Amino acid sequence: MDHLDRLEAQSIFILREAYKKFGKLGMLWSIGKDSTVMLWLAKKAFFGHCPFPFIHVDTTHKIPEMIAFRDRMAKEYNIELIVHKNQEALDAGMGPDKGRLVCCKALKTDGLQQVVTKYEFEGLILGIRRDEEGSRSKERVFSERNKDSEWDYTNQAPELWDQFKTDFPKGNHIRVHPILHWNEMDIWAYIEREKIELVDLYFAKNGKRYRSLGCAPCTGQIDSNAVTVAQIIEELKNTKVGERAGRAQDQEDSYAMQKLRKDGYM
Amino acid sequence: MDIAREVLNIVVVGHVDHGKSTVIGRLLYDTKSLPEGAIDRVKKIAKEKGKPFEYAYLLDAFEEEQKQGITIDTTQLQFRTDKRDYVIIDAPGHKEFLKNMISGAASAEAALLIIDANEGIQEQSKRHGYILSLLGIQKAYVLVNKMDLIQYSEEKFNNIKQEMNEFLHSLHVYPLKYIPVSAFHGENITALSDKMPWYKGEPVLEAIDLFEKDKGLEGKPLRFPIQDVYKFDNRRIIAGRIEAGTLKTGDEILISPSNKVTKVKSIEYWVEKDKTESISAGMSVGITVEDEFFNQRGEFISHTYDAPITADTFKASLFWMGKNDLVKNKEYKLKLATQEVECEIYAINKVIDATTLENLENASQAKTNDVAEVTIKTKREICFDEFKNNQNTGRFVIVDGYDVCGGGIVTGLAQERQSVSKFSKQDDEIVVKCFDEYYYVLSEGGIKKVEGVPHSFNIGDVIPSTGVTYEYPADFNVVDIKKRLVAKIRKSKLQDITSFDECSYESIPSIDPQGAFIKIHSAEDFTKFAIDLAKLQQSENSKIAAFANEWFDFMKFRQIRYLNETKSLEIEYQI
Repeated sequence: MDHLDRLEAQSIFILREAYKKFGKLGMLWSIGKDSTVMLWLAKKAFFGHCPFPFIHVDTTHKIPEMIAFRDRMAKEYNIELIVHKNQEALDAGMGPDKGRLVCCKALKTDGLQQVVTKYEFEGLILGIRRDEEGSRSKERVFSERNKDSEWDYTNQAPELWDQFKTDFPKGNHIRVHPILHWNEMDIWAYIEREKIELVDLYFAKNGKRYRSLGCAPCTGQIDSNAVTVAQIIEELKNTKVGERAGRAQDQEDSYAMQKLRKDGYM
Repeated sequence: MDIAREVLNIVVVGHVDHGKSTVIGRLLYDTKSLPEGAIDRVKKIAKEKGKPFEYAYLLDAFEEEQKQGITIDTTQLQFRTDKRDYVIIDAPGHKEFLKNMISGAASAEAALLIIDANEGIQEQSKRHGYILSLLGIQKAYVLVNKMDLIQYSEEKFNNIKQEMNEFLHSLHVYPLKYIPVSAFHGENITALSDKMPWYKGEPVLEAIDLFEKDKGLEGKPLRFPIQDVYKFDNRRIIAGRIEAGTLKTGDEILISPSNKVTKVKSIEYWVEKDKTESISAGMSVGITVEDEFFNQRGEFISHTYDAPITADTFKASLFWMGKNDLVKNKEYKLKLATQEVECEIYAINKVIDATTLENLENASQAKTNDVAEVTIKTKREICFDEFKNNQNTGRFVIVDGYDVCGGGIVTGLAQERQSVSKFSKQDDEIVVKCFDEYYYVLSEGGIKKVEGVPHSFNIGDVIPSTGVTYEYPADFNVVDIKKRLVAKIRKSKLQDITSFDECSYESIPSIDPQGAFIKIHSAEDFTKFAIDLAKLQQSENSKIAAFANEWFDFMKFRQIRYLNETKSLEIEYQI
């Protein structure tokens, strides 16, 4: 087994544990590279089937190509898709002009909380990785959230030998992180090996491309001429810039992500 | 992309403030493993807080951690050397966060134990050393940090080395190296320090490349705990991760503890390129089998010739992380591989103070952060191995309420375990000795009996019909003349247990529970046997020998083999 085989095997083990343990389970699909890899891993784990719904929390500020890609792939992969918007906040005019963190909280965190409540999810699968940023590096694979989706990060449950937290009071839910142990380079190497189709925003057009995808107003492009996965891998080998440097919400405050994530952000 | 590169997980442990996070931060900084933003961010935070630049902030991402200058929870970070990739696991040093330290250390293969040269060995230095030994992490270096505070003194370094060695050796932890460092000043981290010319070893960065990775588990006996069974389409797929060994299409497999034997029909896959005929340790796989038994999560698939232990009582070493004490006779949940079972602590044989190694015998409870030697009894039989033989199937966690509160390793079987083999069907039970072996031991000049491995056989279970010194046919009956019960063995499986009175003559052999052939060759013989048996039950015990001599042929299915000495008398058979 090589490095990617080991990563894949561990992720599949985690997905299968989640499926076995949670009656109401859903996977968050942000249309980005990480959660698209996760979708692929789910197809592998369940031999071509996807025995739970995929959830897209739509802020309506997403880049239009992402939505087109989402709808096409959902059909091709034959998955059940739940698209949810925090309509109330949108009707009240919520947008990044109200403050980036306020907007993230309303459209993403609160939107997600509404989905959890509506569908009574016990388990939510998310494609976060330890190498993305500090508070994620401290995460557990099975991470409990209370009924308001809050994360008690200073008192996390022990997690050892792949014996995950599967007992919790009713109303709480577990965030399952199957690719927590992957890094950005692993993701790209795996996409290359498995030939996974991605939204083409990741590939350079006119000398620019997206390295990390989010909402249009808060996601910046990087200078790049990489038009294939192999070229992206080569580019990443030589960069010293962080993956999420183009994500505005991260830069708002030294502890921005910790604060967002404490309240239930992905 | 050199994806074939090796990855090694290293945990960094030690007492609070001895510099674990600083060592890691320095390693990452000096090897340029950090993105631009990370250093700038730490500089910004240090400035905001009015504190000097701290390498530790690179890992201690939580605001609370940076404010208080402590590590609350474990972090994993990756970096690389020319030789391989590393996952460095930072573990908190506070006693209060021991559960987080264990969560981090449990996934490591090697460890760096950090000791402050000025403060010397402290409580958590020892406790962490103990935890390493319990987690089975044998590859460890001790880093004596903050050498600048003791003027880079070789003598003081040697004193710490001697004291720590004494403690660790008693736990069977043998540090491979002691390295004097000053992480903050970068001495002996990536290059040898000119402040300590007396140190003849390697700097940390070179030393970690010398850790030898564990050999693969592919060659060990097969252990494939069933994680789930899928029926999404016309395939009935048994899914799970292979914890040890290798499995191929067509292999004969045993499913324990239900004792069913079948063959691997296919290895399933989704993408054509994943098609294979052989799967091994570490892989998450799916197989179909030839006989469609009812299979369930928790059962172990092994080869028929190398089964795991099946028992309901075993001895274990345990570390306790619960808020509530670990107490005897309370119901807990035990999770081992994919098995989940109710259990109780049958006995707390010893509670060990992990820092003084003092023992408290026969305690009735263990407290948070205690290490205990216990005997555990599970509500039903489970499969496992001793930790020393297989780490993945020899360790377990204990859940109290909602949380994992303890972790343990199986150290052996308990003496109080079942001592006889039996056939059972609900309340009916036949104690059997027919799987015992008999040898003539030349060195002792006499016949010696070796009892078979005690086991309960339930309906549907395969029985060991062939031993070293006995061989029964595939179909036979076992008649217990005292209980008037008959166990029916068909195709070497226990098919049923019925009352003798419901039985009639069958043209297959019958044996008694000792394994003796009952001389019934015809329907007339059967009728006469039934009459004699009825008479026997009304007469005294002294008549039994006469009855046995008339009806039983002890040697029909047995032979007595010669042995030089009794040393080799540990019998093993496959069930």
